[in-house]
Amino acid sequence: MQGSLKPGGYGLLVLPACALLLVFFAYPVFWLLLRSISEPHWGFANFQVLYERSIYLKVLLNTVVISLLVTLCCAVIGYPLAYTMAHGGPRVRRLLTFVVLVPFWTSILVRTFAWMVILQRQGLINDLLLWLGLTERPLALVYNRTGVLIGMTQILLPFMIFPLYSVMLRIDRSCSWAAATLGAPPLRNFLRIYLPLSLPGLMTGGTLVFIVSLGYFITPALLGGQRDIMIAQLIEQQISNFGNWGLAGALSLVLLAGTALCLALVRRFVGGQAPWGRR
Amino acid sequence: MSRSPSPGSTRNRGAMAEGILEIEGLRKQYGPVVAVDGVDLSLKTGEFVTFLGPSGSGKTTTLQIIAGLQSASAGHIRLNGQAIDPLPPHQRNIGVVFQHYALFPHMSIARNIAFPLEMRRVPAAEIRRRVEEALALVGLEGYGQRHPRQLSGGQQQRVALARALVFRPPLLLMDEPLGALDKQLREQMQLEISRLHRELGASIVYVTHDQEEALVMSDRIAVFNHGRIEQIGASEELYERPRSRFVAGFLGESNFFEGRVEALQGELCRIASPAGPLLARRNGDLAVGDPTVVAVRPERLCLLDGSAAGGGGEPENRLEGRVQEVVYLGLSRKYLLRLADGQEVVVRQQAQDAERSGLGPGDLVRLGWRAANANALEVAAGSDEADGKETGQ
Repeated sequence: MQGSLKPGGYGLLVLPACALLLVFFAYPVFWLLLRSISEPHWGFANFQVLYERSIYLKVLLNTVVISLLVTLCCAVIGYPLAYTMAHGGPRVRRLLTFVVLVPFWTSILVRTFAWMVILQRQGLINDLLLWLGLTERPLALVYNRTGVLIGMTQILLPFMIFPLYSVMLRIDRSCSWAAATLGAPPLRNFLRIYLPLSLPGLMTGGTLVFIVSLGYFITPALLGGQRDIMIAQLIEQQISNFGNWGLAGALSLVLLAGTALCLALVRRFVGGQAPWGRR
Repeated sequence: MSRSPSPGSTRNRGAMAEGILEIEGLRKQYGPVVAVDGVDLSLKTGEFVTFLGPSGSGKTTTLQIIAGLQSASAGHIRLNGQAIDPLPPHQRNIGVVFQHYALFPHMSIARNIAFPLEMRRVPAAEIRRRVEEALALVGLEGYGQRHPRQLSGGQQQRVALARALVFRPPLLLMDEPLGALDKQLREQMQLEISRLHRELGASIVYVTHDQEEALVMSDRIAVFNHGRIEQIGASEELYERPRSRFVAGFLGESNFFEGRVEALQGELCRIASPAGPLLARRNGDLAVGDPTVVAVRPERLCLLDGSAAGGGGEPENRLEGRVQEVVYLGLSRKYLLRLADGQEVVVRQQAQDAERSGLGPGDLVRLGWRAANANALEVAAGSDEADGKETGQ
């Protein structure tokens, strides 16, 4: 496109998307959130319930802990993988990109059910462990926190890998060489040079994984146990089991506010940490 | 030199007069590709040696092997008499300046320069003092708190230089450090690097493909070609007495006349060439009947106007040609001539002389040169002698 539109012209281009979001996203969300203070009658009674009944706070805490653990797992598994993708040569890069992307193309539901099959008592993993003699009794890998962590980490891994990879790709390798010639042994070299330079990718990937985890539903619902309920499951329960739109709205508002707070914190943190990233 | 003596003899000699850096039979092979093919070099303390060569000639690979960033397939390197082959780069204590500076973008200038000192656990107070000194050395006082992105290319290169010098390494390696700068800044930085070299007495290996840069700064130049050092020597020696067609063509411009040795006359030899009989200085091991190529610099050719002979000594070599083209270069003029046998010759004349002669395209001229200014070179069988940059192309 050679010419540029008049200032007002751009508004027309985004109008359809804006209209769609307004009607099918902003309005229903607003409507749900409004119910938190309008049902069963006007006031903050719903929030008082959330605050007073310890079960809600426990679920909230549980959600944050699981999300943090998933983020950590994704970082630990994703970082070396992204590093290999970024610096391992074109063939390795193509192969790994494919391997990371393939599961991305299959439905989350399918993948979660697959995990149920693999992780269950007579599943692939347990059979293998028993056969190898590494364990005497089948391990409880599913319908508990372990299952939720395994399933969510696998599903959210690409959200960590791709931001990391794109940042790593732009890191000047000669910086690491320079640090070596200046006397930095490998580990200090990594900690002082490469890690700080890849930090923006780690923060972006971590934020993505953490925020998506906070509101995750299918995987914890299918792979988790009764004691590892996350906030999204609670919202669903309130609506479909009890028809309690007011409490669901209040929980949604808490989730939304928490997510926004996390985003704001990370933005502030990354913005202050990486002045070299500004152009 | 291009042919290495046996390893044993070099080792004995090295033990007697050990330089700061001794390289012996260095080779680097990537699969079937030989990047460095037997490089021998001895660098004296305080010497500035430039690796000059086209891209892919093995000069940067050699530098990286010295720094420890690549491993050699064969050969030995000694720094201050100590073998450094098994040492990883962080234990070699060699300063390296990279082409694109490789400053740490997330650290301030002061932290960048402090980095090698921190790695050596120098006390904080001394680090501060030495960082200030280093900044002053490269003329960047007061820039310590800025970040690399906030500096210009030339300033960034000065920081890289300060960072590589601040820990006082016995040897400094520079890999095309001025390649990313524009011409004016490059010339300024060349003088700056020369000044630092003099002031600090540093031993420097400098890699470039820019022959002018090599001539300006070096004590000695090593001309690289196909992973080997074709010739190593002082700038003047290399320019006036090149030993191969490649060196004569890569370092400055040369006219080449192919022929065969007819007779030897002491220092000189007589050559039969398609352009006519030539007399040239014998440069290398030439016998009667050997194929040879005569190299003459364009500025050593003089145009003989009409009947009058050129001033000074009578040129022993005389040819006739027709002017094809005149290129105005300010200080001088370049004439492209075509000889009777079709060969093209480039002549360079000072502005004054050129104005007096007033030659233009189509004019028939006589040209001549002294035998002492022409070099008859060995033509090695099987080597690609035509790789050098030749005149008229």
